[in-house]
Amino acid sequence: MADDWQNGGFGLYVHWPFCQAKCPYCDFNSHVAASIDQTRWRDAYLSEIKRISDLVPGRTLNTIFFGGGTPSLMQPEVVADIIDAARAAWPTANDMEITLEANPTSVEAGRFQGYREAGVNRVSMGVQSLNDDDLRRLGRLHSVAEARKAFDIARNTFDRVSFDLIYARQDQTPDQWVAELREALSMAIDHLSLYQLTIEAGTAFGDRYDRGLLRGLPDEDSAGDMYFLTQEICDAAGLPAYEVSNHARPGSESRHNKIYWRYGDYAGIGPGAHGRLTFNGQRHAIDTALAPGKWLETVEKTGNGDQSCTPLTGFDQAGEYMMMGLRLRDGISVNRYESLLGQPIANTEELESLGMIEHSGDQLKTTDQGRAVLNAVIRELLPDSEGA
Amino acid sequence: MTELKNIRNFSIVAHIDHGKSTLADRLIQMTGTVAERDMKQQLLDAMDIERERGITIKANSVRIEYPAKDGQTYILNLIDTPGHVDFAYEVSRSMQAVEGSLLVVDASQGVEAQTLANVYQAIEADHEIVPVLNKIDLPAAEPDRVRENIEDVIGIDATDAVEISAKTGLGIPDVLEAIVTRLPAPEGDRDAPLKAMLVDSWYDPYLGVVVMIRVIDGVIKKGDQIKMMQTGASYRLDKLAVLKPQMIDIPELGPGEIGVFTASIKQVRDTKVGDTITHDKKPCDKPLPGFKPSVPVVFCGLFPVDANDFESLRDAIEKLQLNDASFSSEMETSAALGFGFRCGFLGLLHLEVIRDRLEREYDLDLITTAPSVVYHVHMKDGTQQDLHNPADMPDLTYVDHVEEPRIKATIMVPDEYLGDVLKLCQDRRGIQLDLTYAGTRAMVVYDLPLNEVVFDFYDRLKSVTKGYASFDYQFTEYRQDNLVKMQVLVNEEPVDALSMMVHRDRAEQRGRAMCEKLKELIPRHMFKIPIQAAIGGKVIARETLSAMRKDVTAKCYGGDATRKKKLLEKQKAGKKKMRQFGKVEIPQSAFISALKMDD
Ligand SMILES: Nc1nc2c(ncn2[C@@H]2O[C@H](COP(=O)(O)OP(=O)(O)OP(=O)(O)O)[C@@H](O)[C@H]2O)c(=O)[nH]1
Ligand SMILES: C[S@@+](CC[C@H](N)C(=O)[O-])C[C@H]1O[C@@H](n2cnc3c(N)ncnc32)[C@H](O)[C@@H]1O
Ligand code: SF4
Ligand SMILES: [Mg+2]
Repeated sequence: MADDWQNGGFGLYVHWPFCQAKCPYCDFNSHVAASIDQTRWRDAYLSEIKRISDLVPGRTLNTIFFGGGTPSLMQPEVVADIIDAARAAWPTANDMEITLEANPTSVEAGRFQGYREAGVNRVSMGVQSLNDDDLRRLGRLHSVAEARKAFDIARNTFDRVSFDLIYARQDQTPDQWVAELREALSMAIDHLSLYQLTIEAGTAFGDRYDRGLLRGLPDEDSAGDMYFLTQEICDAAGLPAYEVSNHARPGSESRHNKIYWRYGDYAGIGPGAHGRLTFNGQRHAIDTALAPGKWLETVEKTGNGDQSCTPLTGFDQAGEYMMMGLRLRDGISVNRYESLLGQPIANTEELESLGMIEHSGDQLKTTDQGRAVLNAVIRELLPDSEGA
Repeated sequence: MTELKNIRNFSIVAHIDHGKSTLADRLIQMTGTVAERDMKQQLLDAMDIERERGITIKANSVRIEYPAKDGQTYILNLIDTPGHVDFAYEVSRSMQAVEGSLLVVDASQGVEAQTLANVYQAIEADHEIVPVLNKIDLPAAEPDRVRENIEDVIGIDATDAVEISAKTGLGIPDVLEAIVTRLPAPEGDRDAPLKAMLVDSWYDPYLGVVVMIRVIDGVIKKGDQIKMMQTGASYRLDKLAVLKPQMIDIPELGPGEIGVFTASIKQVRDTKVGDTITHDKKPCDKPLPGFKPSVPVVFCGLFPVDANDFESLRDAIEKLQLNDASFSSEMETSAALGFGFRCGFLGLLHLEVIRDRLEREYDLDLITTAPSVVYHVHMKDGTQQDLHNPADMPDLTYVDHVEEPRIKATIMVPDEYLGDVLKLCQDRRGIQLDLTYAGTRAMVVYDLPLNEVVFDFYDRLKSVTKGYASFDYQFTEYRQDNLVKMQVLVNEEPVDALSMMVHRDRAEQRGRAMCEKLKELIPRHMFKIPIQAAIGGKVIARETLSAMRKDVTAKCYGGDATRKKKLLEKQKAGKKKMRQFGKVEIPQSAFISALKMDD
């Protein structure tokens, strides 16, 4: 029997943990560093690729994703060496998708050509807002004009360019967001990521929120309005949501991210990167040291950047598959879920009668209504506890 | 054995905080009863909760030796009493054991509600009363005005009131002399058969039940075989002692003396306060009249927050009852709150004190349901039921009428706040009985339903008068009124823990307040939830909690899977802790907050 991961594919995630400045809302593993020895970092990534390909050799690599932090601060040569090493380590799909996250400042736009030559064929840009005041509030280093310019350079360099916006910001009304979204849709090519601002613990926004100083955030109802308006407008524009926050013209979805949501295998390299890898017939959850210096030294000294590597039970995998899979408009395969769990899916009737999910044949998916309250849906559906 | 003429027994009574316990400290200290190094403030307030709240809850007794100016040494037995109205019965029974009272009045405040209540009890007990004006060290003290005030309001002569500061010790020798010269010596016959009054009893972890007595006639000795005339039980005395305030063994006690004994008695409940103690072999002919037993007037449910703590709660309640026979308990089950107890208390402070002790001394987290009084439900078939729990209210079709306890409340307040106090009483269905002035203070007397008072009356009174009002009450009678049970329905399901008895005229207001509150407290579900208050089948207030609109994690990629799943699992586990009402899950915290009504 084929391993379960083959239902989702196999991708490589490369985490670059550095940024020029830390944004106040961001809880990614990103740091500001005075100087970075990119050669050392390159060597560490290459050594990890070698190690992991020995662990899971011979399988087809579908995607590579450079995420961060700000990977557009990487020297194009480093990116090229990593891509070459991955190609040498695994057989690759002809149409392998290679994405790089970029911040839209002029500095980085200058490197786009180099990334293209290295093999990058898709760029995801953090535009965040089309309003200069809000960009400042979000602590961004670029203006709207600069972002537009970077975006133009990107679309002239790459076939596939997506960008990110953050909405439900402080003092933002549904009307204002609709106007901004329409403008974004007029710029968009075939993919958009639209995230509602999340106040994360341990960030500058999180601290201000706890002290009651982060005012003007929309309440649940108006955030809900904005979410549903977003769905409606993007549907009409031909960029429906294929996942909670990701919109694409059909066929232009991020293939790398779909590996996560379809619960495939992925190798994660770099500080704080996570992986799910199946070897010896067993799927494992893997993570690495969070602190950049520590990760680098560990790889250099021991030849292994992993901090933990835990076998996942069928029960764990079923839960993860459900949680990730229901984010997709297409939902999950009930057969696959039940064979991971080893027992039938439960608690679906009530959710179905409330119009939160649809269950037909092998497919179980959320309705538009259900996706907006996905956490509540998953809380109902998650299997109770192991053995129970 | 001390001669009768050299004994003085007295209680110290006053309004709360006027300085009874501090005066007791000074009397103990100046007579050298307690070594200087062992002295501490409010020495007799031994319970943690008394020390922490700075109030007296239990009456305490101490025996003092005082060499008076006349060259003779006197034995003084003093009983410090609580000032708070909930513990008024402690005061009343203490008074039966003594012949006189020191009436302490704070010279910066004057006569307050409990001053009055206590002094009337002292007069009724035929006490000689020595007024004492305390706190004259305070700049705000006005002894002359307060003297007049005592004469006006209470009608006793205050010319010879002793001016003191219990804090600094000023005037204490005068108090000691006044006790000896102005209070009467006890009477009694040493040769008559033993007749002693059971004044109090408490549980001591080392000694078991300790019984405090006042000997009227005869002599009691260690080793005596005694009999309690009301309960009929007979015991051999293991230990006989006086309190100084530690127990000091003594071979015998004669007429007029106060002391304690132990006799292998297991529970406080086996002793009856007010009982007559006599010798088994040679009993006295007539028992003392006894005291009216204290009855709980305020009831509420106590439930453990964590259902696993039920057994611990049961144990804790039993242990506390060893020492406090005035609070009752009975097991109760609630769909909302699980297993718990319906407990009866002497008043709200008593309730709070017991709950605090359960939580602190036994490390429990408790949910307290809304306090309620005891209703008399008269059924159409002519029978009558005592209703302790609104959830048990019988179906209205069988009910003829309901009676509720009424009280006579006395409130003393500076006249600038009078209007607010009258409005408060009026709002609480009060009927004004009297309104008089003494200087700039008004004294209002109201007939009020007890149920309106146990709610939050005292808090409201304090807040509308900035703490300047004092309040005391006495139960008067049961009276019929238009009383109904209000139910709360969440998604059409009744929530038993939130049922309450209300007056029909106040029902809409209460119902609306409860629905609004619950709307804030119940988390949104995937469907909308009607929240209703109803009487019988009739809905009188309604709110709708709208359906959850958005609850989804915006970003969830490969690196988030582990963390986000843990979070959802934790939330799922949290759901298990909630109480299920049909399809609706209500967190415990919602009940806790909903039951904290603040009108
Ligand atoms: N300034 C001043 N304060 C005093 C005096 N006597 C007592 N107090 C203070 O008044 C407060 C109440 O004193 P207590 O002796 O506890 O009063 P109480 O009458 O026993 O109170 P309850 O037992 O709760 O009814 C304490 O803070 C004392 O320190 C006094 O003569 N002068
Ligand atoms: C790895 S991050 C950042 C990529 C890149 N460094 C940048 O800032 O443009 C990917 C995206 O997540 C989104 N994001 C980050 N923190 C967020 C938050 N707290 N709430 C909502 N979206 C957030 C932003 O839109 C961001 O572009
Ligand atoms: S949002 Fe992007 S640029 Fe800002 S700190 Fe996070 S990773 Fe860095
Ligand atoms: Mg006291």
